[in-house]
Amino acid sequence: MSTTETAAQDIPKVAVEITVNGQSYRREVEPRTLLVQFIREELRLTGTHIGCDTTYCGACTILLDGEPVKSCTMLAAQADGGEVLTVEGLEKDGELHPLQTAFSEHHGLQCGYCTPGMLMSSLALLQNNASPTEKQIRKGIQGNLCRCTGYHNIFKAIEAAAAEMRED
Amino acid sequence: MSWVGKSPRRKEDDRLIRGQGLFTDDELGEGMLQLYILRSPYAHAKINSIDTSAAEALPGVACVLTGKDVLEHCDPYMQLALEPAANIQDYPLARDKIHFQGEPVAAVAAETVGLAMDAAELIDVDYDMLDAVLDVEEALKDEILVHDNIGTNRTWQGVYEYGDVDKAFAEAAHVVKIDRLHFHRYSSTPLENNACVAEWTRQGTVEFLCNNNFPGFAKQLLAPGLRLPIENVRVRTYDVGGAFGNKIWNYVYMALAALASRKTGGRRVKWAEIRTEHMLAAGHGNERTYVDTEVALDKDGVITALRSRHLDDCGAYTRYEPLGCVIFSQVLPATYKLRNIRIEMNQAVTNKCPVVPNRGYSRMQQLWFMERVVDICGQELGIPADEMRLNNYITDFPYETPNGCVYDSGNYPAMLDKAKELLDWDKWAAYRDQARSEGKHVGIGIGTTLDSGTNNFGQAQIMNPHLPFSGNSEACIIRLDFDGAVVVTLGTGPSGQGHETSASQVVADELNIDPSMVTVRSGFDTNWNTFVGHSGSYASQFAVTGLSAVHGACQKLKTEMRKLAGFLLEAAEEDLEFGVGEEGPQLKVKGTDKAVNYWYLSNIVNNNNAVLQGALEDVTLNVRHVYRPPFNVPDVEKKFGNLTLTYAAQLHIAVVEIDPATCRVNTLAYAAVDDCGTVINPQIAHGQVHGATVHGIGAAIMEAFDYDEGGNLLTATFSDYCPITSMNIPDIAYGNIETPSPFSYNGAKGMGEGGGAPLHTMSAAVQDALHGAGVIVTDSFVSPPRVYELLQNPNRETAVSVG
Repeated sequence: MSTTETAAQDIPKVAVEITVNGQSYRREVEPRTLLVQFIREELRLTGTHIGCDTTYCGACTILLDGEPVKSCTMLAAQADGGEVLTVEGLEKDGELHPLQTAFSEHHGLQCGYCTPGMLMSSLALLQNNASPTEKQIRKGIQGNLCRCTGYHNIFKAIEAAAAEMRED
Repeated sequence: MSWVGKSPRRKEDDRLIRGQGLFTDDELGEGMLQLYILRSPYAHAKINSIDTSAAEALPGVACVLTGKDVLEHCDPYMQLALEPAANIQDYPLARDKIHFQGEPVAAVAAETVGLAMDAAELIDVDYDMLDAVLDVEEALKDEILVHDNIGTNRTWQGVYEYGDVDKAFAEAAHVVKIDRLHFHRYSSTPLENNACVAEWTRQGTVEFLCNNNFPGFAKQLLAPGLRLPIENVRVRTYDVGGAFGNKIWNYVYMALAALASRKTGGRRVKWAEIRTEHMLAAGHGNERTYVDTEVALDKDGVITALRSRHLDDCGAYTRYEPLGCVIFSQVLPATYKLRNIRIEMNQAVTNKCPVVPNRGYSRMQQLWFMERVVDICGQELGIPADEMRLNNYITDFPYETPNGCVYDSGNYPAMLDKAKELLDWDKWAAYRDQARSEGKHVGIGIGTTLDSGTNNFGQAQIMNPHLPFSGNSEACIIRLDFDGAVVVTLGTGPSGQGHETSASQVVADELNIDPSMVTVRSGFDTNWNTFVGHSGSYASQFAVTGLSAVHGACQKLKTEMRKLAGFLLEAAEEDLEFGVGEEGPQLKVKGTDKAVNYWYLSNIVNNNNAVLQGALEDVTLNVRHVYRPPFNVPDVEKKFGNLTLTYAAQLHIAVVEIDPATCRVNTLAYAAVDDCGTVINPQIAHGQVHGATVHGIGAAIMEAFDYDEGGNLLTATFSDYCPITSMNIPDIAYGNIETPSPFSYNGAKGMGEGGGAPLHTMSAAVQDALHGAGVIVTDSFVSPPRVYELLQNPNRETAVSVG
């Protein structure tokens, strides 16, 4: 019997308990389940996307305990006990997050595939730095690819959201 | 009040910023199988045997597909080429031979993607490796054949000759010879990989949810490939995560999900491509080599004639090709007025990934070539790049090119002026001169480009006279729903271009209502949307074809609404005005308070028609319009005719400095000026220009599909290919001019592809920086290793000669 057959059949599932967007979920998963698979397939929160297989593109970025994480590069089991925030958790009581509004107003998205990951990296940036310079914004989203916009409108959107959040 | 020309917030955004879009991979379903494709590690090999027994025995595996299954259930996909290339056998899976690294060999459907991958590892394929042919010139020698049954690697050859080329060369003041130029392989790699969900129903139909960006066309190819009537194949898209042309031929692999569904008794099967698979096998942009180039010029540097041979490498299968061998001629003389041209166009298959239309498809390769010609001639003759262009630009419009294409409008000198102003040309020219005196490599490059849009499909007959294609068209249905809502369906399947928003702006203007009152159906569905054979989002045409269809449908709807409202209000049709009243959108008798709202009109027709007492039988408030641009069938023998309706233009200028230690090309300043005629939505148009510019800069300095001698792709992951990030882009000064197209109802020109302007611009700037060091930029890829090679081995002596 090959090792892969062993992996598929005989390894027991592991229990994980992860809080996502304020709600706690307990599931039994294959040990190899990636956090992004857990979020998308187990919890059916498909806003978090997958764009590559080498941790380059950032489409799967979420916040884990407040820190931005590429959820394709972490096992669900490693996030056991953690608190996850995804794009679906940004809107509160029917009110969009300033970043969401700003991305739309400044045309910071075209196809929208990178947008959820981009929003989460932007949020992490603004939580650490309320008034980032353009250079700091560039650095803050350097791990997130966008193939449509050419990035400039994303910079503008983040600047506008930062200003809005400072006022609030 | 006009909505066209404004930038209302996009309708698409509401779902996308909330993570509530429906990209294909977001479709989840209980009991859905996951498909994983096993791909060849070799570029060229014979398959001796495939043993799938261990994979099939793995619990959780539902089925395994091999070449045997496709032979049993599929016919090879239709080829566009003439014989013998028409006989290339293109199936969803390899049968007895591998033609490129990444070609599908087998496919596994299992309960989870992890299990499918486990099972694929258990498939034992016995290969005999064969020598691969990876270079187009080698391929044209036919010593190693990619497809044995066609007896050659050549897929097309034709000569485009206009004017009196030999006479012009005999009379020339200067003849510049350029040994060899090369446009490199890359693609725009949309962030969403290819994906589909397929179900082979008990009724014998196949339902696809997918992200193909030409779904009406895909259906026409998939159905015969699966031996089904076209009606039995439904192709649906919703949100598409970027396409850039690259998703035109993912139907080839979509068939595998359908076959797996068939083999498992109709279970739904999802195939979600992994990024490495995408890089290996989802399609690369056309790679082109230009040899024996000779340019005739008069004493003032005006180009009078050009002759050259172009060799296009289309990879292992033709698929959309050899269309690129004709598409380039939409912009044959680029933006220049020369009348004497002879280009011999050749194409061959090689053991590399097949090519796919990629943003700027085939025209960009021609425009880059022409810009290189202009800059190399200018630099060799000591004429500055701006002067060289002003000496040669086309200035009178409409302009008929030597091959019969009609450039609708434009003003290239004004774009040059505007770009110089945006850049602060004089400041940077002074900086360059100062920096050079200090021994630094600083250069300024200009790139002028065209984005030809709205194809005349008749050009396909230049490639293959037997193809029954010509003209172009797009369709739209607009209707009033039972509640009076204005509902629009389009034939286009967008992938981020904001069609829902732009279409609603046009409808809002026509009905004198707010865009928020217009519902444009998201996505595309061959069972739901209206469409024609040309429908789709490709070749920079929505602003012309799509919006003309919408506009035409609005006229038909308004005619019906006026008739009906006139009947109900007992008013003359000319006394009615469209607008919004207290009860929503309405028609009102001018100067009175007599009005009917849309619900009332719709309800009369749909639920309450006895009121009409048999009158107005032709009024349905559900109308379809097909827009057909005015095209003729080209003269196939002479390769002459108008191949595209509109010619948007872009002019870019870059200032670069080469880092002497790393050979990195640093962009110090960048300006981009766009002319897409009348602008429908400035924010969207600006966004398209920015996106295309950054794509092009990435392609010029970072992104390339490099193969080793064995045909192994060396840049098969994002981490190796390195798509451009926020850290690699310069600030881009943007401006536009508007020369309205006389050929579209709204003055708009199709846009979005951008014509690869940054590739031309960066090549020009690097050459300007390094010409003093004896360097001619002969390759469109100017990454640090390439620049290092150029500096180590200056090529001016061998690359160019002036007589």
